Amino acid sequence: MVELLSYSFFQNALLAAVLTSITCGIIGTYIVTRRIVFISGGITHTSFGGIGIGYFLGIHPLLGAAVFSVLSALGIEYMSKKTEIREDSVIAIMWSFGMAIGIIFIYLTPGYAPNLMSYLFGSILTVTDLEILLILSLTIIVVLFFYLLYKPILFLAFDSDFIKTKNLPVELINYLIMVLIALTIVLSIKIAGIILIISLLTIPQATSNLFFKDFKHIVIYSIVIGFLGSLAGLGSAYYLDIPSGAAIIFVLVFFFIIAKMIQSVRLKTYKNLKKDKQRPEG
Amino acid sequence: MKTKDNILIELKNVNAAYNSDIVLNSVDFSIEKNDFIGVIGPNGGGKTTLVKIILGLLKPISGSVEYHLEGHGENLPIGYLPQFNNIDKKFPINVQDVVLSGMMKKNRLINRFSKMERSMAEEIMNEMGVADLRNNSIGELSGGQMQRVFLCRAVVSSPGLLILDEPNTFVDNAFESELYEKLKELNRSMAILIVSHDVGMISTYIKTIACVNRELHYHKSNVISQEQLNEYNCPIQLITHGDVPHTVLGEHHHH
Repeated sequence: MVELLSYSFFQNALLAAVLTSITCGIIGTYIVTRRIVFISGGITHTSFGGIGIGYFLGIHPLLGAAVFSVLSALGIEYMSKKTEIREDSVIAIMWSFGMAIGIIFIYLTPGYAPNLMSYLFGSILTVTDLEILLILSLTIIVVLFFYLLYKPILFLAFDSDFIKTKNLPVELINYLIMVLIALTIVLSIKIAGIILIISLLTIPQATSNLFFKDFKHIVIYSIVIGFLGSLAGLGSAYYLDIPSGAAIIFVLVFFFIIAKMIQSVRLKTYKNLKKDKQRPEG
Repeated sequence: MKTKDNILIELKNVNAAYNSDIVLNSVDFSIEKNDFIGVIGPNGGGKTTLVKIILGLLKPISGSVEYHLEGHGENLPIGYLPQFNNIDKKFPINVQDVVLSGMMKKNRLINRFSKMERSMAEEIMNEMGVADLRNNSIGELSGGQMQRVFLCRAVVSSPGLLILDEPNTFVDNAFESELYEKLKELNRSMAILIVSHDVGMISTYIKTIACVNRELHYHKSNVISQEQLNEYNCPIQLITHGDVPHTVLGEHHHH
């Protein structure tokens, strides 16, 4: 492990894991509690269109992905609130259309598309300094945004109709959060890959939600679980020589199953205790 | 006659629609200080739509809604208790935060709640008997406890009008009759509008009845007969409760 830490690529990977755990911990808790996991899946896959165009135009694929994911996030929010089209259908259309654009433009790009697999499946070990800088900036923005607006965001996520009657700029906050979700997804592409990002946004949250029923606590423990999972995944990827993104998710699911078992046992003993207490009276 | 000074909210010739289905048709309606109005009507007749129009959650396609409530502008000084089904019971929020959310207002995005606001929340939770639950998440509450918490949220800002949408949908509710007594007390300081499909249950507490079935017919008494309901084109069955005096149901034809 000590020898691993001396490599700069590994230091970058660790830093990326910490920062991504923080942003995904916060954003993911919002996504899970608001029940918009499917929307996030849609945004993720739509961004592949941007990656394809990025390759075709010779610009950084993540820049193309950012444009696509932000536009799709705003589009889904707008279409579902202002038009009569079913929200889940809108998401499915964007999801597949984005993927189609991506495939077409990568096909049209002359020659070989380098690193394509790293966008699909993630490649935390090849994260560049620039990407670290971008992730760091986003982390600062997300943390500040949620720290300063914590109560309004919490109340809005819980019951937006009620908060609207209090004259709060509900729509503006919703759109801003959608943009942050989109950017978080784009900057996590390098870590977990388009196909696997959704796991970073949901598994740590589902795990901590087994034990904690307060938004703030779910955020904090999601960050911890996400980070430990990334660390263990990275380690096993290195020693077993398997892809890092998949290894991280494997570990996260493993954590979830263990946590679920612990929770079930605890629930059972609690119920038995209750029964024992009732018996003498009955 | 309604006196202009006492009017809190005035709906003038309001038409409302979802997509292109008209739900409310030229509704004229006003709410006055100290009113205690029961809104009844068949399912899908537009009761909840009326509530949404009053709360400003739905814009009428024509007509106007005028607010004469004190403090209007900073926030909408209306307390609102939504239907049980509209609440996400698995959402990770605790009781204290739910009650505090009742004090949100425009421009208070970043500043934290003041000591005074927190003690106001504490006071109302004590009054409703939910102070001990302050750190529980809402998913851990019974239907009755949940309803009290949402009533706390609705009235913590001392609104001029309190709206309750089907409060009797909260299951496992030992609080029900206590709730109506509480409302009677609150009615001394605020107008109340209560949506219910069970007119028998609320009739001893309300002062007037609004029948909503695409159109709105205002009935200036808490006694209504099946014949009058038919006249208002408001096809609901009056449910007789054993413990409710018959007179309030207005079944004078049987006596």
